[in-house]
This record gives sequence, structure tokens and C-alpha cells, in this order.
Amino acid sequence: MSDVVKETVQDAVEIVKDHAEDVHDHDVHAGDHGHDDHAGGHHTSLGLSNTKLAMWLFLGSECLLFGGLISTYMLYRNRHSEDVGPDQLWDIPFTSASSFVLLMSSLTMVLAVAAAGRKDDRNTKLWMIVTAVLGGLFLSGQVYEFTTFYREGLGYTESLFASSFYTLTGFHGVHVAVGIIMLIATMGMVAKNKISGDKAETVEMVGLYWHFVDVVWIIIFTLVYLIPA
Amino acid sequence: MAIIERPAGDSLTYADADAAVTATSSYGYLRRPVETEGWRSWAFTVDHKKIGIMYGVSAMFFFVLGGLEAGLIRLQLAGPEGTILSADKYNQMFTMHATTMVFLFVMPMAAAFANYFIPLQVGARDVAFPRLNALSFWVFIFGALFLNSSWILGGGADGGWFMYAPNSDVPFSPSNGVDFWALGLQITGIASLVGAINLIVTVLNMRAPGMSLMKMPIFTWMAFVVQFLLLFAIPVITVALFLLMFQRSYDATFFSVEEGADPLLWQHLFWIFGHPEVYILVLPSFGIISEVLPVFSKKPLFGYPFVVFSGAAIGFVGWGVWAHHMFASGLGPVSVAVFSVATMAIAVPTGVKIINWTLTMWGGKLQFTTAMLFAVGLIVQFTIGGLSGVTHSVAPSDTQQTDTYYIVAHFHYVIFGGAVLGLFSGLYYWWPKMFGKCLNEKWGKWNFWVMIIGMNLTFGPMHIVGLQGQPRRMYQWTENRAGEGPFNIATWNLVATIGTFVLAIGTLLFFINALVIHRKQPIAPLDPWDARSLEWLTTSPPKPHNFDRTPTVHALDEVFHRKYEDIGEGDEHEYVQRSTLEELVEEEERNGDAHIHLPAPSYWPIVLAFALPVMAYGVIYTTWLIVLGAAIAIAAMFGWALEPADAEESDFDPPAAGGETSKELANV
Repeated sequence: MSDVVKETVQDAVEIVKDHAEDVHDHDVHAGDHGHDDHAGGHHTSLGLSNTKLAMWLFLGSECLLFGGLISTYMLYRNRHSEDVGPDQLWDIPFTSASSFVLLMSSLTMVLAVAAAGRKDDRNTKLWMIVTAVLGGLFLSGQVYEFTTFYREGLGYTESLFASSFYTLTGFHGVHVAVGIIMLIATMGMVAKNKISGDKAETVEMVGLYWHFVDVVWIIIFTLVYLIPA
Repeated sequence: MAIIERPAGDSLTYADADAAVTATSSYGYLRRPVETEGWRSWAFTVDHKKIGIMYGVSAMFFFVLGGLEAGLIRLQLAGPEGTILSADKYNQMFTMHATTMVFLFVMPMAAAFANYFIPLQVGARDVAFPRLNALSFWVFIFGALFLNSSWILGGGADGGWFMYAPNSDVPFSPSNGVDFWALGLQITGIASLVGAINLIVTVLNMRAPGMSLMKMPIFTWMAFVVQFLLLFAIPVITVALFLLMFQRSYDATFFSVEEGADPLLWQHLFWIFGHPEVYILVLPSFGIISEVLPVFSKKPLFGYPFVVFSGAAIGFVGWGVWAHHMFASGLGPVSVAVFSVATMAIAVPTGVKIINWTLTMWGGKLQFTTAMLFAVGLIVQFTIGGLSGVTHSVAPSDTQQTDTYYIVAHFHYVIFGGAVLGLFSGLYYWWPKMFGKCLNEKWGKWNFWVMIIGMNLTFGPMHIVGLQGQPRRMYQWTENRAGEGPFNIATWNLVATIGTFVLAIGTLLFFINALVIHRKQPIAPLDPWDARSLEWLTTSPPKPHNFDRTPTVHALDEVFHRKYEDIGEGDEHEYVQRSTLEELVEEEERNGDAHIHLPAPSYWPIVLAFALPVMAYGVIYTTWLIVLGAAIAIAAMFGWALEPADAEESDFDPPAAGGETSKELANV
């Protein structure tokens, strides 16, 4: 066990070093051209690539989407029958474990983005697959959890709490599923060299989305599971 | 078969030779479409100008449709105990009238102008993501058709345009109308969201060299603010619609009051979207008339920074006033007081704009062209609507007016008098830019005056009948409720109905002008109005690549400053014309860029958009359609990602004399 931990830490240290070098290379490179050409060679007014800006705007919009769903849940979290509420249903250790899996997937995503930055296709593909598998593991956890809750009497139409809980977490689950599809598709395109444009940036976009979905889960996990009703 | 054009000269838009773009083999199941004529050139186009025109044409179609619905409503209310519509049909009619006018006319019409003119005004060759732009349009069209298909599939939605839940739940609205409404607006919402992201990136990233944010034409500024409002408002209504869809189709309990649901949930979610929506409707028109007034006053816009920042301020404060739509719902005194004051506060930046427009005209050499008349009409009519709006911000007064025709009068003055008049001003102003010919001015003036008389005859009396207590959305009124004296509602309802038909004639005059008279109009000069902003620095209509040479911007009102030289001393300005626009455009053509790369058209946006209504029908009727729609969507996304980055070499024209091929990889 301790070996695994040691190796992971070493990997992480290397990645940080690599990244520092990447940044340095990039700065030098940018200096040569007088502007940031990370954007696939297109000059942009802000010097920030179009795709990246668009992704950030999209994520900004997503914040309000989850904001609406989270508000709905917070409004209805106490409106349930006496015997089927959070106190009876939550299995905090289990959900903590699956949350940990999802958070670790953010780490592996970072490793994939770093590898893509080094133009290291092999490791890019590897870490993207690991990320997708961890995401899949989280989703299976969610399916297991939903099934258990359902068996314990929490049908979707059971109470206001049930409807808003399933909708919020289900909506997040769909986002994770979309992320997994994006990871697998991007990985396939990296493998077959089908990405027209900046490969590293494409991987980074998937990464941005993936991290966002993780951050949303941290908020959901805190508000839904950890704060007592 | 040219999909790109190559003027002679040098310099390159996308200049880096050793950019990170490397040629990759594509699967290329389908080549990129290359047609430049016929329906294919429109269905697969990614040209922002063609997409803008398609937005405009479809918006006008829905304007007529929404107008017909309004006509039926007014006929029903013309006399006591109207029998033209049943109560049920009447409910569908006013719901779909509002939905059509807001989501399928004003928003896409503003999108038409934004699409067509933002790239031109910032000196770009296209928007940042041309294929996504095509996607926005097709998603909008399919969403709109889906929404209106409810008419032949059991009747339209009938809960009013704000569709208050639980009133919109199945027990109270058993037909599929509300399902069509909830799903259709989710689809058009996707169109708005994609469009908003695209246009924000375009404005931030695609500006011509030298064009700082404070040198941007004012229409672009206002449209830019609107895109941010869309970006953050659309997801909120999406949540509301999503909950309503689950409530109705999958028996969720969000709005089941008997289960303890809070009926205010829907109201809050809807109006957090709904109030910014008001500014989404009106700000583009504010931008348009801020372009039109300076041109026809022969003066720069008075206090450009004030107009910019008051627009941005409206954008911010617009998020803090939503509950003024809910004063009658029992929010409690503190909330009511806060929202009441916030609502009064938002009148300030709006008032700033009115003052700016007035002072722009003050002392100017006014030319009352049709575009100018519509712009001045906006100032007057919108101010009337704004004044009745202030009476709503006073909560005690509002509780008397809520759900009466007085409200109907108010929002028609701000939306018709504000948004729609501005859009017409834009049509008359930019028509020669878009189509190379001016609209006929004589017909235009008739159009304006008939329309303005019609709108005041229609919506003016609604103040009276509203204050007399006629509720909105009541499908009949009776003789003995009409009252007596000069303010009896019978007379004024009839006047409003007559006004509607005057308004319809006014609109008809526009269509005659645009479709019939327009053919005989002479070719317009390049600069028919002595215009000021960058979109005029090109041919009319603009070439597919917009500008032969990417313009370098030195000033706000760039084109004006290229035409005129300031020979005044010190603070005194005196402008002398040094060149005409014809000369300037000729110079641009002479010095055109050699390598202009335009993105190739694509089959996939329309295919991907088509998948959405398929899924939506699936939600209403049968689950396997959802699966089919999702399969189409995923296939389209893969087609999108894997299609060849550009057209085949053989699809290009041979290079111009002495030139080399300018084929490059599209990274869009």
C-alpha cells in the first residue's frame, strides 16, 4: 500500500516539475511570436483562445442551472414522510467513498492534461481512460445508491424531497455520463490522430468540464449529504 | 463553386505559419458541402450574414402568426359576450400570442441583427464558431416549429405566457399544449444559449486591430450585454421548464400543493429569468436607435460612455427586481419594499438613455427618414410605457393594477413601443446594407404613421379599461359590466380592436414595401445615410468575407472619421469631408488581403438540431423516439467532430492570377 502512495506522490511531484517546464517553454515560445499562439495560431483580441473562452462561458451558465436545481432541493429537503427521509437513507461512508473516487478522477484528469501538454499521447490516453473508469465507478455507485433508496421506499414521486433529490443528483449523474462519453471520444480521436487543431487544448477543454462537474459534486455532497436536515 | 474569394494583395488573417494546427486525416464520411446557390447554400451555410437573414425571415413569419393570434383575441373582445373563441381556445390564443411574440419574434429578430451586424461592426470575417452559429439557428427553427405543432396535435398551451404552476399541471391543463410549450422553450433556450456564447466570444476575441471595447459601435455593446443576460437567464428558465416537464410527464411532485409544494417556486424561477428577459427584448432595440439617431442628427452619440455603462447597469440591476412581478403573491412587507425600491432604481439608467438620445438630437441637423421616425417613435412610446411602469413599482398601486388590462397596456408600450419600433428602425436603416437597395421612403413613412396610430389606438385604451377593472385573460365581458360615461369599457374595447386592424395594415405596408415595392427600387449608393460605424466600410451587400482588408480601427465612429477631417482648433470641432465611402471601399479593395480563409459549410448543424424535436416528441408520446433522437444527436456530434476540416482541393476555385492557393485548415 505504502509503495502505491509513494509512487503516486513521486508522479505528482514530477508532474508539477513538468508543468513548470511546460510553462517556461510556453513563455519562451510566446515571446518568439509576440503573442499567445496557443489558440491554434489564431490571433484573438484577448489573447485567450476562442474555445477556452467559450467553455468558461458555458460553465458560467451551468452554474445557474445547478444553482436552480440546488435551490429547489434546499427548499424541499425537509418535505418528506417521517420514515423515509435523509436520516433513514443516507449511508455517509459509502457516499464519501464514491465522492473520493470522483475527486481522484480530477487528479487523473490533471495528469492527462499534463501529458497532453507534453505531447505524450500514450500517457494522455492512459490517464483519460483511468479518469473515465473512475467516473464510471462513481456512476455505478450512484446507481447502487438509487436502487437501495428505491428499495427502502423512496420512489421518485414519493415526496417533494424524493423528486428534488433524484432530479438534482440525477442531473449531475447525466453530466458525469456526458463527461465519460467526451473522455472516451477524445481518447479515440487522440489515438487515431483525428483531432484537427490543438490536441492539448482539446484535452484541456474536456478537463475543464470534468473539473467543473467534480466541483459541483463537492457542493452537492456537502449540502445534500453532510449538512444535517 | 467558389466558397472562398481571393482578392489580390498580401497579409493574412490567420497568419501563423507554424501554428499548432497540423493537418490530420479525417474520416470524411461526407465531404463539406460547397453549393453557393440554391436551397443547399442556405441549409448548410455557416455564413453569419445568411444565418442573420434566415433569422430575420423566420422571425417575421412568426410576427405575422403572433399578430393573427392577437387579431383573434381582439375580435373576441370587440363586443360584449364575444363568440369567436371558446374560453379554452381563448386561453390558448393569448398564451401562444405572447410566447410567439417574445420567443419567436422579438428574440430571433434581435438575434438576426446581432448575427448580421456584430461581426461587421467589430471588423471580423465571421463569428467565432460558425458551425455553432448555424446550429443556433436550426435549433431555434425546429424548436419553434415543434412548439407550434401543438396547434394540430390537441391544442396550444393555455396557462398564460408565465405558465404559473400548479395551474399548468395536468389536472388544470390536461391537453399536451403545456408539454409542447415546456419542451419547445427548452429547445429554443438551447439556441439562445449557444448563440450567446458564440457572440460573446466573437465580441471579446474577434475585434479588428485597434478596436478597444470603448471604440465598439453602440449596437454591438448593447447586444453584447444582452448575450450575457441570455447566458445567465436561460439556464434558470431551463430548470423551471425541466421541473414542469418532470411534473407533467413523469409525475414528479415539485408543484403538487397537496404534497406540500410551494407555489412560489415556479414564480421565483420564472421571473428570475423573466425580468432579465424584458431587457433581453428591449436592449437590442436601444442599441439600434443609438446607431440611428446620431446618423440622422449629424452628431455623435451624446455621452457614449454613459449609454454603454447605463446599458451594463440595466443588465446588472435587471437581476434584482424580479419579484415586482409577484407583489400580489404575499411575499411579505420587507421583500415587497426592497423590490419596490430596486424597481424604481432601474428606471434611472433607462432614463439616462432617454436623456442621451434626446441630447443627441438637440441642435442636430435632423433628417426624418423612416428609420429616424421609428427611432423617435421608440423614445416617445417607450417613455409612456416606462411611466406606467413606475406606477407598478409602487407596490400598493401595483396590487390594484395586477392582472388588469392596465398591465397589458404597460408591457405593450414597452415591448411594442420599445423593442418592436426599434427593430423596424433597424430594418429601414440597415436594409440597403443587407440588400443593396433602400426600402421606399414614402411607403416607409406611411408604414410608420399607420403603425404608430394603430399601436396607440390598440394599447392606449387598455389603460382605461384596465383602470376600470377589466381583468386580463377574461375571455368575455358582459354588457352590464361595461359601465357608462366616457370611460365605459365597451367603447374602449371596440377602439382597441379597431386599432389592432390599423396596426395590422401598418405591418402589411411594411411587407408590401419589402416584398413588392422593393423590386423597383434603384440600387442604393454605398453610403445612403452618411453613416458612421464600421459595418459600412464594405460593399452592400457585404461580400462573403465581409472586408477585403481587415480594418484597423482608430476611433469610435471609425467610418465617419475616415470620411471627415477635423480642421477645428482646440476644443472646437469642424469637420470637412475628405473622401466618400465609395473611395474608401475602393481603397480597401485595392489593398485586399491575399489569403482569406472562410470556414466551409457543414451538413451537421441542421442534423443535430433536428434530433432535438425528435427527442421532445418522445417525451410526450413514446420513449423510443427519445432513443432515436439521442442516436441522431450522437451520430451528428461524431459527424461534426470528424468531418473534413475543409472542402476538397478540387472544390476550390483556381487561384487568382499569379497567386497561390490559400487553402488552409479550418479550426472552427
